[in-house]
Amino acid sequence: MQFGIFTVGDVTADPTNGTTPTEHERIKAMVRIALKAEEVGLDVFATGEHHNPPFVPSSPTTMLGHIAAQTSKIVLSTSTTLITTNDPVKIAEDFAMLQHLADGRVDLMMGRGNTGPVYPWFGEDIRQGIPLAIEKYALLRRLWREDVVDWSGKFRTPLQGFTSTPRPLDDVPPFVWHGSIRSPEIAEQAAFYGDGFFANHIFWPTTHFQQLIAFYRQRFEHYGHGSADQAIVGLGGQAFIRPKSQDAWNEFRPYFDNAPVYGHGPSLEEFTDQTPLTVGSPQEVIEKTLTFREHFGDYQRQLFLMDHAGLPLKTVLEQLDLLGSEVIPVLRKELDSLRPAHVPDAPTHASLVAAASASASAGVSA
Amino acid sequence: MKLAVVTAGLSVPSSTRLLADRLAAATVAAAASPVSVSVVELRDIALDVTKNLLTGFPSPALRAAIATVVDADALIVVTPVFTAGYSGLFKSFFDVLDADSVAGKPVLLAATGGTERHSLVLDYQLRPLFGYLKADPVATGVYAASSDWGSGEGALQRRIEKAGAELATLAAGRPAVAAEPDFVPFDQLLAGAGE
Repeated sequence: MQFGIFTVGDVTADPTNGTTPTEHERIKAMVRIALKAEEVGLDVFATGEHHNPPFVPSSPTTMLGHIAAQTSKIVLSTSTTLITTNDPVKIAEDFAMLQHLADGRVDLMMGRGNTGPVYPWFGEDIRQGIPLAIEKYALLRRLWREDVVDWSGKFRTPLQGFTSTPRPLDDVPPFVWHGSIRSPEIAEQAAFYGDGFFANHIFWPTTHFQQLIAFYRQRFEHYGHGSADQAIVGLGGQAFIRPKSQDAWNEFRPYFDNAPVYGHGPSLEEFTDQTPLTVGSPQEVIEKTLTFREHFGDYQRQLFLMDHAGLPLKTVLEQLDLLGSEVIPVLRKELDSLRPAHVPDAPTHASLVAAASASASAGVSA
Repeated sequence: MKLAVVTAGLSVPSSTRLLADRLAAATVAAAASPVSVSVVELRDIALDVTKNLLTGFPSPALRAAIATVVDADALIVVTPVFTAGYSGLFKSFFDVLDADSVAGKPVLLAATGGTERHSLVLDYQLRPLFGYLKADPVATGVYAASSDWGSGEGALQRRIEKAGAELATLAAGRPAVAAEPDFVPFDQLLAGAGE
């Protein structure tokens, strides 16, 4: 089981004092948060990709490469990489380069993006979101798996005799997750390839995601990658933790009430009741997170959103200390003990290399 | 047949609800097979609708209301006229539905107002809205002004019965709404992608 954090990279005013970090401060804070994540024993750091203010992370591999140079264990990922509006050739190149620099500590999560104008800004049509995701990802896979690619399609210039460089580290492409909050087509795509499916259920009711994840699991089995309970599932989460529950509620409430994504809407009480957001003591976060397994089955990756809505860096780092020291060790132990032996861990570079050499020595083509 | 009635009146009691109930009764009376009627009072979920606009997801109460509409074989929708148009709450409810959720559904359009002068709201606002949603409105819409409730001529009731009969007939010719949405297998998704 992998535990980590994912960041949106928003620049948001702190509602308690009105201060807004500069882009430079926010970018440096994101790096500091990533380093802290490794320090407190988390397994994954993932950054979003955005191309409009107030978000800073337009260039995830630049940031992740910088973090890779200062870390040694944590897996670097994205939440998400925009498969619709990026050129798959550039994704193939950038992430292969990052994979080499990070010695394999890289995977990525494909997403379509939810900001309408980004599509036309990058020359695409939002109404083609699903076809773009399908075609571009199919090309991306070939670029990582075939040394020389001849290709033509609807959404980019044809390729003749093209080799994406560098080749993936150890000839093993990074593991890919597909993130979706509502599209069965994306769950179907993840299942078809045997890729991971990440359900960022932080804003939606459990029932909706139970259907989506059950569908992905069933189709993963249908396509012969293993039984439904062996499908690779990741979940979002959101927490604000203090040793005493009431302190967490008092401190987080102004950030919640003014948050760009849900502020001035439902009460904090309603939101914690209806979504995975947990505000409270480490024990309360542990209890709520354990319910995810009951709802969605044994899963492989749990990412928490911890740095948003204008929370100051100091607070976020304190949150990570609590998450790393008091929440994750208990969750890790509990979930590992509950998980049956046949349910796999999330693939890593090492496990994919081992699987590739095992299938090569068995004379089976991968 | 499952009939969902969406009514956007704000006062209690409401002439909008009164019209909605009469339209539902007329539809039930005209239907050849049994009809189960579910009423969605938007007033009861007005805050939930606004919260959904802000957060992008429905509360449990709103989710139940949306399911009632999506699962129905036919709809009756009734809005009061506020400031020369359908009410904001009425529009907001349809704003939070998925784009295709009422596509193909027979729907009876109705409105209430203080004067007769707003009666074309059915044709210049409600009909285009449900056209955009790809629903299938029956030809007769029903507008009830305050004065209609005191009219001895029975014109309103005749119009209610005509519209209810049209809805019952249109819905009777349709297959029941499927419980599970279809999905597209990957080979079809991939067809047409590059090679």
